[in-house]
Amino acid sequence: MKSLKKRELQSNAFLVAVSAVVLGLIAGALLMAVIGSNPFAGFWYLFRGSLMNIERIGNTLATATTLMLVGLSVAFAFRTGLFNIGASGQMLVGGLCATIVAHKVFLPRPLFLAVLIGSALAGGALWGVIPGFLKAKFNVHEVVATIMMNWIAYWSVYYFVPAYLKGPSLETESASIAVSQSLRTGWLTNLFNGSYMNLGFFIAIISVILIKFILDKTTLGFSLKAVGANRFCAEYAGIKVNRNVVISMMIAGGLAGLAGLSFYTGYSRNMQIGVLPSQGFDGIAVALLGASNPIGVFFSALFFGVLQSGKGFMNAMTSVPPEIADTIIAVIIYFTATSVLFKRFWDAVFKRRNNRVNPQEKSVETTPVKEEK
Amino acid sequence: MWNTLVSIFPYAIAYTIPMLMTSLGGLYSERSGVTNLGLEGLMLVGYFASAITIKMSEATLGINALPIGLLVGVAAGAIFSLLHAFASINLKADQVISGTAINMLAAALTVYLARTISGSGNVRIMMGIVRKNIPFLSKIPIIGPLFFSQSYWTTWVCLAIWGLSWILLYKTSFGLRLRACGEHPSAVASAGISVHKMRYFGVAMSGALAGLGGAVILITYSGEFNGTVAGLGFLSIAALIFGQWKPLGILGATFFFGIATTIANVSQVIPSLQVIPPVFFKIFPYVATLLALVLFSKNSAAPKASGEPF
Repeated sequence: MKSLKKRELQSNAFLVAVSAVVLGLIAGALLMAVIGSNPFAGFWYLFRGSLMNIERIGNTLATATTLMLVGLSVAFAFRTGLFNIGASGQMLVGGLCATIVAHKVFLPRPLFLAVLIGSALAGGALWGVIPGFLKAKFNVHEVVATIMMNWIAYWSVYYFVPAYLKGPSLETESASIAVSQSLRTGWLTNLFNGSYMNLGFFIAIISVILIKFILDKTTLGFSLKAVGANRFCAEYAGIKVNRNVVISMMIAGGLAGLAGLSFYTGYSRNMQIGVLPSQGFDGIAVALLGASNPIGVFFSALFFGVLQSGKGFMNAMTSVPPEIADTIIAVIIYFTATSVLFKRFWDAVFKRRNNRVNPQEKSVETTPVKEEK
Repeated sequence: MWNTLVSIFPYAIAYTIPMLMTSLGGLYSERSGVTNLGLEGLMLVGYFASAITIKMSEATLGINALPIGLLVGVAAGAIFSLLHAFASINLKADQVISGTAINMLAAALTVYLARTISGSGNVRIMMGIVRKNIPFLSKIPIIGPLFFSQSYWTTWVCLAIWGLSWILLYKTSFGLRLRACGEHPSAVASAGISVHKMRYFGVAMSGALAGLGGAVILITYSGEFNGTVAGLGFLSIAALIFGQWKPLGILGATFFFGIATTIANVSQVIPSLQVIPPVFFKIFPYVATLLALVLFSKNSAAPKASGEPF
């Protein structure tokens, strides 16, 4: 009984994540109030916009698909102690490869899908493995390297798309992919009343399960996590740290490439130039909020999918600009980064409660909270 | 060739100055021991704050609205950067994540406010700085037409700030202390100096200078807040690394990147450059930075304690 009570009254990752989300939503409400809108109406339309009918739920799931794959990419790298801030670039390259395949390759559907998925995986993995290699071989910090790779991808797409994939009307985007060459399928589109829902959702689900399996049940996953926990200890234990760094970045890149696949050939069916996909950064929020756990990523991606997908409807019904969703996500990231604040807060609250519940055990309960270094 | 050079040089300088200021801001922050990936966002905050200020005041103040807008941009950048300072100095948060949050927050918040104010999300100002030839100096052969013609007054202010920063960081005891905070903070602390205060100063300077960089973009070549600085903040971080965390190095690196950007923009109208696809000029700064990182990785000049909480 006592041990149960003790477990109940401790701050944990879930409580910290919920605190960050609540503060993010409060910040959003304040911002709506500042511009003279009613926050309750704002959130009401935000959630209605993403959930009010089957078509909108489909759109929300399609939005969450991309976030889930990016979040998985960032989370996977986190587990190896790497920060993949280059998911945007990996998305672009994976999406570009997939778009090329969708335009130029004509095969029976199952074979075509395999080639399509393979091309996106390969493109993203290539963009991820370069910073991984630079990190392993030359100790180049992966954060800087992946940012550079983002902009190399951005400008490559910027010039490649108009030159080789130009649509009939606009200079700034590629030609639309035929539905039969995309990830959309008739039965899914019909099931969700003509929404953007596509096969990418199943790719994301399979990826979540696969990554969970790799991390928890395989030697590879164990050594990757060991490198993330303490690379010197891992090296001492005979784990090839550099090899694991390269593999981790390759898989992370591949996952982001799949995110690009789901976005550019499922959700939108064309590529716009001059845009570094913001999902690449939202994915950092997804991974952080999901505590870098595949299951956590799944649920936090759904949550952010709701926010992102409902903002258009909210904007149409109220005077709140759609950027409120991005602001809330950014605030959540900031509060996840400063989560030590909540840990201290909740520890202080629980300490007081524990003392009140068991005053005679005060001396036992007031062991000093370990100061974060 | 000479005529081409003379005509593109003022543009190259115009592109260089915002990056130089932002990169210099990054130098202050990193030298004091705090990695600041939020420079892109801080630039955007300065860009936005000065745009709003100038738009509100230009009807009454006329041309005087420009320096006021510049100052407000600087102040806004500095204030916004305190979020990053608080997270990374007091709470010992992951500085990379905090910086990323700053970028996302700035990008979302500025457009959110701009949309509320103007509807479209763009804030256009009526006037910018007029380019002027510097008397006498612009008559000097070769360097006159290149450096002293068609220049903005902000260019000279910013170069003065760069020079003063160099003196402050490398010729004063304050600068020595600040740099020591980025190399060996416990030594600074044992000398009785507050590492936290020094780092707060470093981060606030990075916010102020990035804000200045954003404001300069507005009143020189852009003339309109459009919700993005198109990666210039990240390019400034690249310049900081390429310039090996030294004032002269970042001046060279940003100017190099400024020329590359300008050439990429004009290469399609200059016959001698048409043979090279513009994409090479655009990706050049990033590839160059990656190569520099590879070359210098054995003995990196990065401040040793940068990114380490104290």
